[in-house]
Order: sequence, then structure tokens, then C-alpha cells
Amino acid sequence: METVFAICVGVLTTGGVYLVMRSHTFSVVLGLTLLSYAVNLFLFATGRLSVNQAAILGQSSNPADPLPQALVLTAIVIGFAMTAFAIILALRARADLGNDQVDGKVRDDVLNKRKKAQGE
Amino acid sequence: MSLAEHLVFFPVLVPMLVGIILLLPPFHQNLERQRPLVMAANLGLLVVAVLLLGQAVNDGPSLYRLGDWHPPFGILLVADQLASLMLILTAILAMTTHWYACAGDDGRGPFFQPLFMFQLMGINGAFLTADAFNLFVFFEILLIASYALLIHGGGKHRTQAAVHYVLLNLIGSAFFLIGLGILYASFGSLNLPDMAQKASQLSDDNIILAKSGGLLLLLVFGLKSAMLPLHFWLVRTYSMTSAPVAALFAIMTKVGIYSIWRVHTAVFGDHAGELSGLASDWLWVLGLLTIAVGAVAALASQTLRVLTANLVVVSAGTLLISIAVGTEEATAAAIYYLLHSTLMSAALFLLAGLIQEQRGQAQDRFVKAKPLPQAVPLGIAFFILAMAMVGMPPLSGFLGKVWLLQATVSHDMMAWVWSVLLISGLAALVVFSRAGTSIFWRVQGQPGSDVKAHGLQWLALYMLLSMSLLMVVFAGPLTDLSASAASELYSGLALPEPVEVQP
Repeated sequence: METVFAICVGVLTTGGVYLVMRSHTFSVVLGLTLLSYAVNLFLFATGRLSVNQAAILGQSSNPADPLPQALVLTAIVIGFAMTAFAIILALRARADLGNDQVDGKVRDDVLNKRKKAQGE
Repeated sequence: MSLAEHLVFFPVLVPMLVGIILLLPPFHQNLERQRPLVMAANLGLLVVAVLLLGQAVNDGPSLYRLGDWHPPFGILLVADQLASLMLILTAILAMTTHWYACAGDDGRGPFFQPLFMFQLMGINGAFLTADAFNLFVFFEILLIASYALLIHGGGKHRTQAAVHYVLLNLIGSAFFLIGLGILYASFGSLNLPDMAQKASQLSDDNIILAKSGGLLLLLVFGLKSAMLPLHFWLVRTYSMTSAPVAALFAIMTKVGIYSIWRVHTAVFGDHAGELSGLASDWLWVLGLLTIAVGAVAALASQTLRVLTANLVVVSAGTLLISIAVGTEEATAAAIYYLLHSTLMSAALFLLAGLIQEQRGQAQDRFVKAKPLPQAVPLGIAFFILAMAMVGMPPLSGFLGKVWLLQATVSHDMMAWVWSVLLISGLAALVVFSRAGTSIFWRVQGQPGSDVKAHGLQWLALYMLLSMSLLMVVFAGPLTDLSASAASELYSGLALPEPVEVQP
């Protein structure tokens, strides 16, 4: 189980990091979402993984650590709020700056290609 | 529990409640009613912070257990001397920047006043908390308020700066959580005093984990405090936003420094065995480079606001070096320097805002333009500020820097620190002379506008300036206070023994 879990976290992080480094705000927001999934899963693992163990004292012989679950809950709530904010800001930037690049500028080669396509 | 015991929670509770009240019908969208309430709240916060400092000095740190959960479980708030000092600093800064904002900047977009309160809630909470995860939560509160404050008033450039700032900080938050997760996995606790006690007893496997977690946190705090490779967002962000917001943000980089103190000095300090001095090797190089890059960028800046933002980077670098020295004396000096640099850079942001309004088209660029309508009072403020920021006697910048230099006298890195600090001071002197000459002397024709600064704006600016003077007049008690705050930080907090609970 640990291996599968680690692979999941790793794949999510890799995807997240790759997308975060893209230049369009849409992919960056998507990357952030993946990254926060990876982080949430990772936080679960910090309390050691166990199967079928309740996080309540007295309910099972070897209870799961409840603290990471509380942390994950908080992290999820905050993550949602922040992602929502990032999306709204990306929409506003799209309206204000006229493109959806993270730095607000369209690359020169892309611009030239666009001009060429319009000219033809 | 008596009211005095609950006092610790007030710096978080008051801004939150006031912020919520401001969103309710009688106050909602009515600036005339919102302003006095926020002013009263700021004054109240200052009083509470002073009371807390008194308590911390006389009776030692006051602990506040939320929900009465006994540490290391549950959330613990601690108001020791350092935290109370930071609270006082925040309250003074909030009061003055709020006065300035009330002169008209708060009406340029909706919800300025409630956001201001939520921002304070986050900052105060981050100073008070003694729980690493709760630190994350308060960081997010102050960040989400700052995102909205940053684009307050709107405009293309602000949106552009905000996109970078928000995305960078969101990535930073992800790293923060990963770091916290690793630390929890190795320590089994996120309570900072508890972690400090456990630091020397970790098993070998966990030490490697704890090291990587600690360094990840350094990365995150470095992002907040504008440490070298992570400072690029700061200049754009701070120079694009409105003057009162930029001035309030002057404390935000210091939140990062404060967190490094709490985690890397208190948890990974001298007592931590193999974990001690985890960050100092890195901080030397990064701090020196941060100062150098900040000074060079200050020399190259074209507007007063960009110049100020670059000087914020320089002061962050100076504080990072003091952390790298890692002695009590250096930390004490750093606390004094932190108070000074926060207040002065805030004042400079406010001054830049006034100059920008009065110069019309030329804004705060260093170009030839029409003279300022109120050149004399602005010029006096500029002169005082320049002396304070450069670190010339008799103002607080001088004392702070001399004390910092003294603290490194017997250190191996003394030559480096002295030369970089002194040369950066010289660079600041050069840029201020250049800025002053072009803004106040390279003028022609009649004043282009008849914009006069509001009385509240003068009050805010000169109140901040007088702080520099007060910090010199009361240098004796203040240095004693920062010295004892530093020694308290180093000695660490002893948690009360858990009470046995009968089932």
C-alpha cells in the first residue's frame, strides 16, 4: 500500500509542478489543484498509514493518528478558497490584460505566428 | 478565567469581529461609519498589545489554550516579549496607515476597511501562535486579505503584479504544507515549544527527515521575507499597490523573518543537537547576496516606490544575516533594527504616495518636472527618512546598524558583513541624494497641480517619522527590552506538565 500511495503522491506532484510552470493561467491553476491534492494525500501519510483503524481512541486496538486528518481537513478548506480566488483573479487578468499569460505578455514568436495567420 | 487571561486572544478576536461587523448593514458600504470603528479598533489593539507586553515583562509569557486543550494537543497562543513587541509594531503601523487611507484611498474600491481588519487578524495571529500548523492557517488568512488589498483600486498593472504574487504564494503554501507534513512525521508534534524539546532526542532516520522539513520551511519563510532568489515578486508588488497598502505590507516581510526566528532559532537552536544551526550555513550567503542585489537594484530604480521596495529587500537581507550570526546579541540588535526598518519603510511608502499625487504626470519618477505644491514639508520628511534609512546619526537606523555591526565583531564572517552592510549604506546614500535632487530641485515652471495633502496624511507620515526619534530617545529601555526578548527566544518556552485526566 505504501508504494502505491507514494507513487500516487509522486505522480500528482510531478503533474502539478509541470503544469505550474506553464505560461497560461489556466494550466497553472490546474497545476495548483493537482499540487494541493498531492499535498493533502501526503499529509495523510504523515500520521503513518493504517487500514481499517478508526481515528477514535477505544474504537480499535491501534487507532489511526487523528491529527493529520484534522490538518488535511483544514488544508482542503483553505486550498479550495485559494483556488477559487486564483481562478477569479485569472479571469480578471484575462479581462484587464487581454490575454491569459501569467506575466500578462504574449510571447513575440506566438504574436508573429498569430499575425501571419491573420494575414494569410 | 478572568478577562486578563483572555487578553492574549484579543489581537485576533477584535479585528475578526470588527471585520465582520463592518460587513453588516449599518456599516456596509458606508465609509463614514466604518472609519471611526476601525480607528477605535486599532487604538484598542495598541492598548491590548501594550498590556500584553507589560504582562510578558513582569510575569513571563502568557499562554492561551484554545478550547482548553492541553499542549502539545490543541492550539496554543503565546504572548511573550517578542510577540508582544511585534503586536505593538503592527498596531502602530496599522493605526498610521489607516489614517492615511482614510484620507481617500479607502474609497477607491469596495471593502477596504473590512479587508484591512482581516489582514491585521492574520498578522497578529501569526505573531501569537505557537503551533506550526496554526502558523500556516494565519499565513493564509493574512495572504488572502493581502491579495484583495493588493488589487484594491484596480488597474492593469496591479492585476498583473497580483497574478504573480498570488500564484507564487499559492505554490509557497503547498511547500509549506509539505514541510509541515515532514516535520510532523519526524517530530510527532507541531507545537513549537514541544518540538524544541524533542529536537535533541530524534532518532537518526528522523533527523534527515526533520532537516529536509526544516529547510523546506526556510524556503517558504524566505519567499515571504524576500530572501534572494525568492524576492523577485516583492518589488513589482509593493511598487504597484496603493501607498497605505504598501506601507502596511512593510510588516509582511517581517512576518517571514519572525517565523524564521520562531522555527529556526527556537526549534533548531543550539540545544537541538545534530539539528542545530540547520539554516545558518545557507543564510550567510543568501543574506549577503540579498543585500548586494537589493542595493544594486536600488541604485538602478527609476521611481521612489521601486527604490523603497528595493530598500525593503536590503533590510530583509540585513535581518537574515543577523539570524545567521545566531547569537543572542545579534538577535537583540535585529529586533531593534526590525522595528526601525518596518516603520521607516512604511513612512517612505506613504511619502512616495504623497509625492506621486502632487507631481501629477511625472508621478514619483526621477525626472525633471514641475515643482511640488507642498515641497517644504515633504522635503523635510524626505530628508529625515533618508537619514534614517541610510543609517546616519542621530536617528534610529544608525543605532540599529551599529549594534548589528558590534554583534558580529568577533565572528569569522565579520569582514564580509561589515563591508556589505557599509557599502549598502553608501549605496542608499547615493540613491537618496539622486532621488531627492531630482524630485525637489530639478524643477521648472509653476506647480503643475494644486493637490494638497490631507491633514490625516500629514499626521500619519509625521507620526511614523517621530517613531524614529522616539526610538533614539528611549533607546535605553528599548534595547534592554529587545535584549530580554532575544534571551527569552533563546531560552525557549517550558510547556506546563500535562494534567492527568481521570476517565
